[in-house]
Amino acid sequence: MANDTKFRNRKFKSVGTRPPRPDGLDKVTGRAKYGADTFAPGQLIGLVLRSPHAHAEIKRIDTSKAAKLNGVKAVITSEDLPDLTNGDRDLYDTLENCMARDRALYDGHAVAAVAAIDAPTARKALKLIRVTYKRLPHVTDVDDAMKPDAPLVQPRVYTRGVSPKPESPSNVAKVSEFGHGDVEAGFKAADVIVEKSYKTEQVHQGYIEPHACLASVGPDGHGELWVTTQGHFIYRNTCAALLGMEVAKLKVTSSEIGGGFGGKTHVWMEPVALALSRKANRPVKLEMTRDEVFRSTGPTSSTSIDIKIGVKKDGRITAATADLRYQDGAFPGIWAMLGAMTSYACYDLKNVKTVGYDVLVNRPKVTAYRAPSAPMAAFAVESTIDEVAAEIGMDPIDFRIKNAAKEGTKSSYGPTYGPIGIGPTLTAAKKHPHMRAKLGKNQGRGMACGFWFNFGGETCTDLNIGADGTVTLTVGTVDVGGARASLSLIAAEELGIPYERVKCNITDTASLGHNDMTDGSRGTFSSGMSTIFAARNAIEDLRQRAAATWEIPVKDVVWEDGKAIAKGKKYRKLKPLSLDDLAAASPNTGGPIAGHSQIVADGAGVSFASHICDIEVDPETSATKVVRYTVIQDAGKAVHPDYVEGQFQGGAAQGIGWALNEEYIYDRNGRLQNPGFLDYRVPVCSDLPFIDTQILEIPNPNHPYGIRGVGETSIVPPLAAIGNALSDVAGVRMTHVPMSPPRIRKAIKENQA
Amino acid sequence: MLKVCFSGPLKAAADGAASVLISAATIRELLRELVKQYPGMQNQLDDGIAVSVNGQIFRDKWSEEIPEGAEVFLLPRIQGG
Amino acid sequence: MMAGTLVSTMINGDQTEFVCQASETLLEVLRNRLGLTGSKEGCGTGDCGACSVTLDGRLVCSCLVLGVEAQGRKVNTIEGLADGDILHPLQSNFIKHAALQCGICTPGFLIASKALLDRNPNPTDEEIRFALAGNLCRCTGYDKIVRAVKATAKDLRKK
Repeated sequence: MANDTKFRNRKFKSVGTRPPRPDGLDKVTGRAKYGADTFAPGQLIGLVLRSPHAHAEIKRIDTSKAAKLNGVKAVITSEDLPDLTNGDRDLYDTLENCMARDRALYDGHAVAAVAAIDAPTARKALKLIRVTYKRLPHVTDVDDAMKPDAPLVQPRVYTRGVSPKPESPSNVAKVSEFGHGDVEAGFKAADVIVEKSYKTEQVHQGYIEPHACLASVGPDGHGELWVTTQGHFIYRNTCAALLGMEVAKLKVTSSEIGGGFGGKTHVWMEPVALALSRKANRPVKLEMTRDEVFRSTGPTSSTSIDIKIGVKKDGRITAATADLRYQDGAFPGIWAMLGAMTSYACYDLKNVKTVGYDVLVNRPKVTAYRAPSAPMAAFAVESTIDEVAAEIGMDPIDFRIKNAAKEGTKSSYGPTYGPIGIGPTLTAAKKHPHMRAKLGKNQGRGMACGFWFNFGGETCTDLNIGADGTVTLTVGTVDVGGARASLSLIAAEELGIPYERVKCNITDTASLGHNDMTDGSRGTFSSGMSTIFAARNAIEDLRQRAAATWEIPVKDVVWEDGKAIAKGKKYRKLKPLSLDDLAAASPNTGGPIAGHSQIVADGAGVSFASHICDIEVDPETSATKVVRYTVIQDAGKAVHPDYVEGQFQGGAAQGIGWALNEEYIYDRNGRLQNPGFLDYRVPVCSDLPFIDTQILEIPNPNHPYGIRGVGETSIVPPLAAIGNALSDVAGVRMTHVPMSPPRIRKAIKENQA
Repeated sequence: MLKVCFSGPLKAAADGAASVLISAATIRELLRELVKQYPGMQNQLDDGIAVSVNGQIFRDKWSEEIPEGAEVFLLPRIQGG
Repeated sequence: MMAGTLVSTMINGDQTEFVCQASETLLEVLRNRLGLTGSKEGCGTGDCGACSVTLDGRLVCSCLVLGVEAQGRKVNTIEGLADGDILHPLQSNFIKHAALQCGICTPGFLIASKALLDRNPNPTDEEIRFALAGNLCRCTGYDKIVRAVKATAKDLRKK
């Protein structure tokens, strides 16, 4: 059956090899075009004016002087972005975030924008815009925002998920509860109970490429947008909706993307660029500065989490709870809810209860960061798991193995698991040579495990056979890290031809049906599945062509190793027809040969990982360095192992930065103090060791090749792995991330006192 | 007859019930019947839901058939990064 | 607007002239006036290295150099790294060792790596890591980048 998603075990010829990627040459020569790398004749430069206040009423915006400045072609405010959202709450939030309406809600909130003939003129114009603000009390801390006297961020938000429905608005946007069993009884039955509270600070995805786009809208309602994004179809839908344009009349082309990690799944200034272009009737190029990226895009939540775990002396967990408070920025989100879902996902628990509070603060609108919300919850849970194991004198890995979820376990978020990889990754970690390596002076070791969902989603693929038998594979999922190579391997595998005969392209929104964005570790999984089905469709066509050429029934034709073969003794005189032969003959057998697939890839399964980490702490300064790191993760089937390893290593590095150094620092006025790479310190080359990887392959039963999504899970364990390593070397339990030198020093001093 | 369990905020939309019995052959049918029994469920659908069938999570494929006796969970819609 | 300054310089071995404002950076000139978009702006403040070029053989962040400072000097960018259709061994090794994922930092890393190997043909792992500490990568965790540079150093020493 062509569209059968069931995994079928097979020997692979192409999948699993490591050929060079097709877009490599362009990227090492500087030819590849990213968001800011295109220019249009007559283009204007767009710049955005942003609120310097964390919370303020916008009493008046006077743009008259700016509009009169020579060289300025358009000035816009929220008046140029009327509300067309028709009651769609999420869309209205996006609209208000793109351009403030009556209030500025965070330091960096857009209040106006200009388009001018060059950057110096645009900068001058911004300075000429007079905004009259009335400052309001603000709140930036998640726990402070929940206090009864906290300033109210959004008067239109009433807490969801509580009964009865509340009468007054609140900064608590949503309460979500998950779990099963009876935690009270479970705690009563425990021999030992450990309770601890944790805080994690806000971090940003930190992609090196700032947001950038080139927008062009004509008075006829037709427009084009070149943009760096993880989902050009999603951006098209949102921009069209906000601007009152028809979807088919807005063509969005995704540039190469210089990193996203979830931060480019949401529009930030793109609707503003389109609105400027429409008003000026000229193309507008809008590039965000690094300062704007930190202040005005979508970092992840800062959190405050309480954990309680009860255990019997024999090592079985009897009950576990988590209270998770996540800030969503100034607009409601699902972030605490996701934290509540993932907290105990690695474990087989009879009694578990997690409650998530999504809280509003005067900070930018939180968006996804690679396995969103899971790293913070995992930090809190996995740190406590180590404490519990220590209390009963059990080895931390053995303790986890004893309580690990497996096939048939009821997950803490509800459904029962099918075949999963947590047990195998833990066993592999236990056996790994890293665990037996000798530790040096001032060094400690920690491990942790992590979980994340995988998604499928709407996917559309075209596979066209060229006149010479080479294959053009056209997909709509943005390639964030090497997927074109993997998808070409998959097409080559199905068709039975060499990898080099396949060329994979990411196309624009005018050339293919809807494709969901590249998030949720779905790029290779979904487009891979769609490529398989498109190839199988093409094979059906190829068999027809061979049958027509030989004038035999189609049922007697099979496709093997890139050739059509007439099966049966009576056809032994018929020589096989290759893809090249059939392509050459195609004008006379029915025209162009192609295969198409449009699917909703779903039922993707889940992904688990275990990490081991060695750190060294300077006894004088508490500066902490990672000296050895191992990632063990289940990939189902590694299509191109180099790029699977790359995902493991990249996620681990981001987690290490999050654990040790990265944080948003706000002052008393709610202004972000470190919106740049100097003071927002991400890991550099000299901070890290080589990152070892072990790819496990437990096939996903719902993918023809067993593929699981791999991109996100590797960011989940590092925070706790490092926290546990710090506990090992310094004898202190760190409860505040990042675990920067001042915090470590303080913890050690307090411990000694 | 399927036992449909609710997770998280969906429990509140089902008047606090942990599960209900519904007769349905596909996810689409299931959701239709659910809204009939609990009109408040429409809000949740608009916000975004996912359906877990025997442990596999489906966000969009509403034509997916639900086997007899399958474990069905209604979850909030999850997003990745 | 003040009249611009005429600058005469050599870029990737080609004699080049351009006019720019005094306040324009070399990066802005390369990208917006000369169409050389291989050098990237990641931060504009010299913290990420995505704009790395060499100026008279010295590794610099072009976002911290003024366009007018290129007068009479030699600028080398990523566009000049390959010799016609022959890739520099760094470029081929980056592809071979999968030392890039999104690729935005890659031009900067190649320029910085070449600057390292030009002055130190046999660097230790630590020397490589510290030489490249001025280039940020958010995708790879640097593992495969260091391996690619090591492999190139070995290849070049063999020649």
